[in-house]
Amino acid sequence: MNRHEIRFSGFGGQGIITSGYILGKAAALYDGRHVTLIKSYGPESRGGASSAQVIISDEEINYPRVTKPELLVAMSQEAYAKYVDELADGGLLLIDKDLVELNHPRDDIRVCAIPATRIAESELGRKIVANIVMLGFLAANSEVVPVEGIREAVLSSIPKGTEELNTRALERGYAYEIQYLQEAANA
Amino acid sequence: MNDNGILQGDFFIDGDTACAEAAICAGCRFFGGYPITPATEIAERMARRLPQVGGTYIQMEDEIASIAAVLGASWAGQRAMTATSGPGFSLMMENLGLGIITETPCVLVNVQRAGPSTGMPTLAGQGDMMQARWGSHGPYEIIALAPSSPQELFDLTIRAFNLAERYRTPVLVMTDEAVGHMTERVVIPPSEEIKHYPRRKPQVPPSDGYLPYNPDPDGVPPMACAGEGYRIHVTGLTHNEKGYPATVSVETQRKLVERLIRKIRDNRDDIVELHEDQVQGADVVVVAYGISARTAARPVRVAREMGLKVGLLKLVTVWPFAENRIQELASQVKAFVVPEINMGQIALEVERCAGGKAQTILVPHAGGGLHDPDDVLEAIMRVSRWNREPETQNSKPET
Repeated sequence: MNRHEIRFSGFGGQGIITSGYILGKAAALYDGRHVTLIKSYGPESRGGASSAQVIISDEEINYPRVTKPELLVAMSQEAYAKYVDELADGGLLLIDKDLVELNHPRDDIRVCAIPATRIAESELGRKIVANIVMLGFLAANSEVVPVEGIREAVLSSIPKGTEELNTRALERGYAYEIQYLQEAANA
Repeated sequence: MNDNGILQGDFFIDGDTACAEAAICAGCRFFGGYPITPATEIAERMARRLPQVGGTYIQMEDEIASIAAVLGASWAGQRAMTATSGPGFSLMMENLGLGIITETPCVLVNVQRAGPSTGMPTLAGQGDMMQARWGSHGPYEIIALAPSSPQELFDLTIRAFNLAERYRTPVLVMTDEAVGHMTERVVIPPSEEIKHYPRRKPQVPPSDGYLPYNPDPDGVPPMACAGEGYRIHVTGLTHNEKGYPATVSVETQRKLVERLIRKIRDNRDDIVELHEDQVQGADVVVVAYGISARTAARPVRVAREMGLKVGLLKLVTVWPFAENRIQELASQVKAFVVPEINMGQIALEVERCAGGKAQTILVPHAGGGLHDPDDVLEAIMRVSRWNREPETQNSKPET
């Protein structure tokens, strides 16, 4: 069964749900897949735990909840601790490496780390696009949704006037992995 | 977006947004509401969108006033709606009854969360299904629809507006947090493809002898609205065909109440919509609605893969209840399995209609989440086993 389960997690205000929305939109509208997105959050709009569950499938999706994700994005320590165990064997964990310390090691998963928030803040000048940096990083590390669709979905989901900033954020995250892989290969 | 401000095309939106856009497509131009999680997104969307299409959004001081404003807007000739959740739904109960007795077309959306009381605002429940049926005082019939997806929430919101006009009554869209907050692809068809049931206007000119509650042969009176030149009196008191109170006339009460009930009951074939999947020839039929019908599809599929003959009957219309179909199936199947996110409401109705001819097994959920597919599967397997080998059930050694 071609069903991909993805969870984005962090705290409110980091754009976690927006990330899930953009990835889901890319798959649903630009890739013609069946997609469900469920948002989970507490009553707070900032600071509380936040998570977005995305399911992408070639078939109709009956059960819209993530049970064994193959991809987990964690942008806070709390989110990492809460969700790392549910990640499927062989799954991929993407973390903001300044915000998550890998203190629950698992040897059956792949981990990719990027200082998404630091890049957004110091290189792009806007901390708020850390989620888009992370989406670019996701696109570089996973084939679940083509990056072209993600780019279109980003551009059709963001406020007018922020196209350049968000495009740069996406590109920066996408390029980071390439740089990372090269460093790893040279080491 | 079209020139007229109405959306068309494929969208990736949540159920609440789809509901608001459906209302706009259906011609709704008035929303009176009070924000409440998880229905707030409907109000937010309407606040932004209604001014773009020449409509009016008003945030009232509470839910009692919200539905009162909606009833007033309908009498002013508008298609009108409100949206709320459990606590607000409770507050709306009295004026829901006012809408029923004054035969005021309108749509009330309940994005159900887990209760009782303020319960779990951000999490799903289906605990208001009996309140939808009986929450307002007095005898009446109600129409309630239950969508399983954002697309269905879109489609059923449009249908709710049409049923409201067709039968001159408030119509409830009983969705839940899971559907309201779920984002999925929603296709909004071109405006010309969306069916509109127009307001039933009087066929007679205004006159002294005009009877605003003189029904058409189907039991539904045409509706003259404020400003159209007719003299009308709108009251929650028992009223005669002139619309005047007749509060000590038992005969007027009988005629009115019987008509209010019959105009719905006699048209059940038109109102009741069911989706059946392999129900014919099944040993066990899962009866479900809303998000629970959707999540039940998975255990049903797994049970079929195990060789069990299981059907899925989705109640798209929950009220009026699909009595005839359940009665008919009760003599064909061995058991009904009813998963719902409450401690047993629609299961009671299924059990009543089954009349002892088939078992009814409730799979309850106290609220705040969706059923674990294994719980529904376990119930299906349990009843399948009972019916196939009843002896083994009883001959289990004592331990």
